[in-house]
Amino acid sequence: MNLQTPAAPATIEISQTIANSPGYWSTVASRLMRDKVTLFFGCLLIAIVLSAILAPWISPADPYKTSILRRLKEIGYPGHPLGTDQTGRDMLARLIYGGRLSLFMGVTPVAIALVVGGLLGVLAGYAGGAINMAIMRTMDIFYAFPSVLLAIAISGALGAGIENAMLSLSIVFIPPIARVAETISTQVRTLDYVEAARASGAGSLRIIRVHVLSNVLGAIFVYATSLISVSIILASGLSFLGLGTKPPEPEWGLMLNELRQAIYVTPYVAALPGVMIFLTSLSFNLLSDGLRSAMDLKS
Amino acid sequence: MLNYIARRLLYTIPIALGVTIFVFALIHLSGDPLSAVVAPDATAETVEKLRKDYGFDKPLPVQYLFWLGKALHGDLGNSIVNSRPVLDTLLAAVPNTLMLAVVATLIGFTLGCLLGGLAGYYQGSVIDKLATGFGIAGVSVPHYWLGMVLVIVFAVELQWLPATGMGAGGSSAWEWDWAHIKHLILPAVTLSVIPCGIITRTVRSTVAEILSQEFVQALRAKGLLHGQVMRHVMRNAAPTVLAVMGLQLGYLLGGSILVETVFNWPGTGYILNDAIFRRDIPMLQGTILLLAMFFVILNLLVDIVQTWVDPRMRRN
Repeated sequence: MNLQTPAAPATIEISQTIANSPGYWSTVASRLMRDKVTLFFGCLLIAIVLSAILAPWISPADPYKTSILRRLKEIGYPGHPLGTDQTGRDMLARLIYGGRLSLFMGVTPVAIALVVGGLLGVLAGYAGGAINMAIMRTMDIFYAFPSVLLAIAISGALGAGIENAMLSLSIVFIPPIARVAETISTQVRTLDYVEAARASGAGSLRIIRVHVLSNVLGAIFVYATSLISVSIILASGLSFLGLGTKPPEPEWGLMLNELRQAIYVTPYVAALPGVMIFLTSLSFNLLSDGLRSAMDLKS
Repeated sequence: MLNYIARRLLYTIPIALGVTIFVFALIHLSGDPLSAVVAPDATAETVEKLRKDYGFDKPLPVQYLFWLGKALHGDLGNSIVNSRPVLDTLLAAVPNTLMLAVVATLIGFTLGCLLGGLAGYYQGSVIDKLATGFGIAGVSVPHYWLGMVLVIVFAVELQWLPATGMGAGGSSAWEWDWAHIKHLILPAVTLSVIPCGIITRTVRSTVAEILSQEFVQALRAKGLLHGQVMRHVMRNAAPTVLAVMGLQLGYLLGGSILVETVFNWPGTGYILNDAIFRRDIPMLQGTILLLAMFFVILNLLVDIVQTWVDPRMRRN
């Protein structure tokens, strides 16, 4: 599946000076404001995230309250604007609450991978030699698995559960992030101004902190935002297979699985959780694309 | 070239070994590997005897070498659930997954090249915007959901196509006639959306990049027509696009589990799903090992073919 993203971005431009020049971020921001598509999906994403965070205050009903009488009602049923699921729970409330786990399970692994993969990549790139070999060849082994397969293998062996699902996804995303960080760090290490800093007595830690990280962070951050979209699809996919959240928790992927039999009764309601996964993942993808082109000042 | 192939092969061996170590480790990730086979009320002696029988009392490196040796001889162990050899079950399922993945890749490739080529050639036009939008939707869509939506539309509402399975007689009675092919359409289309999105995006950016090169201006100055220019562009784009397609096939082989689950398609993904829920660890290991090895070999082939087509790609 789109796990294929782990093809590291081919053109990583090292921004030698612009990243630190004043006004860079304000230029990026003003360019983003002019990009209508990115702006729209950015707002949509904020709405989805806010409704997930504020779920207890804005939800119209209790997402766990079942009702035998009101099972599988279509969209527009009185009192249930988006219908009900197979145990009579309010779909709107479950979709709003579902965002909490789905977003959390999608974003956390990328955040963990950003830190771990970033550190490993910078270490490998800056140290070079045997350390580089050891780290990057280990990463290559994980590249030998299609990402869906790797995620399912690890969480399948560990057993169902939110923590196991997130752990397996973190392992999926560490190698691609490490590879990007390693590429840039290796390039930065040999730049003239880094040589100059070293010649004037700067220690390794200082060079990494001042020169390497300032170049690596922006790139892996933008790359990571594009991985979030994959991560959300995969996290919900694991729940869809029964490897993530357990019932009765509201989670989009699990809801989709539970409603699989309902497609013959209330097809539109059954498809709703997937719409949320799709919109969220699409928003992250477009936002990442927009961010990338806004940060590329040469275009 | 032979030299290069030899070096690539040498580079692949440690990766393949790494993969086997990872797959071997899976059994120990799952906690006590015996827990799935031992009845909860078994006596301590029975447990010890089983531990010896399975070889779990030996040091890990010995266990690994023993397991690897058997795997190299095609012995992936027996299923805990039905005691049949893992390899037999897998070999029966591989053609089904292969068929699904190949058809899906072909659909994705054809549509992706068409859309991406048009979008790259007519940059900024309406068709470019449509193709770009389609491409990004293709990589953002949760395909297990898309499968459900297609079932709702074409099986439940319109009743044109069957919702699940491989048709009468299951996979053993498969033939390339309409009664069977109609079972293949929905899962293959579902699975094709991701490669289609990725290939659209790749072709578009590759074509756009080639069009901006000077030799294209020279071709135009020489008076070639659109179609003739496009032929040159396509020939230059082919290595990149073919490589992406090859890798996509590998991703689909390993990643079809969700789609196979949605459509009850009796392939390797379906087996994997079943193995996970029955805690059938040898089955899980065998399936993952086989799929990962497919992917490693496919990667190698893509690399070699790509270098053969375009020697500039040679990596060191």
